[in-house]
Amino acid sequence: MAEPYLSATAMRGGYGKADILNGCTLTVDKGQIAVIVGPNGAGKSTAMKAVFGMLALREGRVTLAGEDITGLTPQERVRKGMGFVPQTHNIFPTMTVEENLEMGAYIRQDDFTGTLEQVYDLFPAVADKRKQNAGELSGGQRQQVAVGRALMTRPSLLMLDEPTAGVSPIVMDELFDRIIEVARTGISILMVEQNARQALEIADIGYVLVQGANRYTDSGQALLADPEVRRTFLGG
Amino acid sequence: MDLLNALVAILNFVVIPAASYGAQLALGALGVTLIYGILRFSNFAHGDTMAFGAAMVILITWGLQALGIGLGPLPTALLALPFGIALSAVFILGTDRAVYRFYRRKRSAPIILVMASVGVMFIMNGLTRLIIGVDEIRFDDGARFVFTVRDFRDWTGLSEGLSLRVSQLITLVVTALACWGLFRFLNRSRAGKAMRAYSDNEDLALLSGIDPERVVRLTWLIATALAVTAGTLYGLDKSFKVFNYFQILLPIFAASIVGGLGNPLGAVAGGFIVAFSEVAVTYPWKKIATYLGFEPQGLLQLLSTEYKFAVSFVILIVVLLFRPTGLLRGKSV
Repeated sequence: MAEPYLSATAMRGGYGKADILNGCTLTVDKGQIAVIVGPNGAGKSTAMKAVFGMLALREGRVTLAGEDITGLTPQERVRKGMGFVPQTHNIFPTMTVEENLEMGAYIRQDDFTGTLEQVYDLFPAVADKRKQNAGELSGGQRQQVAVGRALMTRPSLLMLDEPTAGVSPIVMDELFDRIIEVARTGISILMVEQNARQALEIADIGYVLVQGANRYTDSGQALLADPEVRRTFLGG
Repeated sequence: MDLLNALVAILNFVVIPAASYGAQLALGALGVTLIYGILRFSNFAHGDTMAFGAAMVILITWGLQALGIGLGPLPTALLALPFGIALSAVFILGTDRAVYRFYRRKRSAPIILVMASVGVMFIMNGLTRLIIGVDEIRFDDGARFVFTVRDFRDWTGLSEGLSLRVSQLITLVVTALACWGLFRFLNRSRAGKAMRAYSDNEDLALLSGIDPERVVRLTWLIATALAVTAGTLYGLDKSFKVFNYFQILLPIFAASIVGGLGNPLGAVAGGFIVAFSEVAVTYPWKKIATYLGFEPQGLLQLLSTEYKFAVSFVILIVVLLFRPTGLLRGKSV
């Protein structure tokens, strides 16, 4: 069997002495949407940060397209094709939408106007506000700018840390639609979500983490149908 | 006629002096605000960077004068300025390497960097005094006036006179050019945008592949260039004395805080607000009141000039109490 595009296996590590991740494994195939759900404090965001290199691992390895990237810094991983959208502070508030996207493409030496147009096509709402400061936009539009910024490097894996935190249900649905569109272009998606039910509906693969370890792993639909998962994690 | 005379008097004694003083403060405050935005601390050594830079410019000016090189009606110091900036930049980048980088790597709290900058301030102050002495130095050669009070009276026939000194005109022109260049750089160029991005959101800038050390170096370079320019213009306008530059730090801090720390446009506005307040409060308005038909008893001077720094203090306190982020929304202190 071919190795998955992203494979983070048996990750162990944390911020202090106590480990937050206890043998957590995450894999995503090309163009797949993978969703990490779980109760508060399960280590969802920490697992994502570990994949991105923001957390030093004690054990385990991360490979991208077959290449071992366990020792790389986040910046180096961006150059390898990872895009990361932090949960908060994910835009440059006093810069215009267009400048935010330009900064996203900072490492690119080639002409990125094509990518800029693609991002505007994907998010028409922010395209209308390209000369406006990103800090003046609504919560949902800010998230779109944040995702757009990460897309400017043309990543092959896009990681989203709770992209729908603090936005209205309508905006949330729209964001999920956009994320599906991004995945259709062949970009793999790994995201952490609080809105577990909605997120699992669009997930090709879902990971339920508990105490830093995998509790359930299955397709999104299967997890939604699992009475045990429903009862324990989805509130019935 | 009296109304015109009153206007001319206001122009001569308030507007022109305050505008050139404000321009000098604005250049200084721009440097403080850039360093605050990027390196995230208030640089107490900024006043002495101005002094050190101006001292370098004076030394080079003397050298050029000895060689017989000059700019005709313009002060030779303008020719010496780029060299003064270069020398100061080397020194300032050295202090960053030797002092600030250590604390930056340790991710020290801003107050530690502030205290380190106080140390750098004392060292630079002492060094400048050692190099050039503590006496007052005038180094403005060339023509003194664009037009004098007498010229103006002859042209207009008004009883009130108006003069414009070369140093004042140069201050305004150089400041306008420097601001134009700086804002163009920050808003248009890739490196300038990277600086703004780093100031806005350091972590996201790192993720975007912006090299923090490059941004920091660039910031020191620009802040030093602005400081040396401000220091030279201030020295040309008012004469050079090391201790004056230590004192000017207060109005410069007031200007950058009034405008909103980290906000360059605010720093410029703040410079002029502080300068105009200072001059307006310490100017005796008696003459102008008389022109307007009043018969004032006293001088109508709200505060004697010895207390001019109190104006900066009051502005600083009022802003910090009622609008801590400054007029143009910088970072809160």
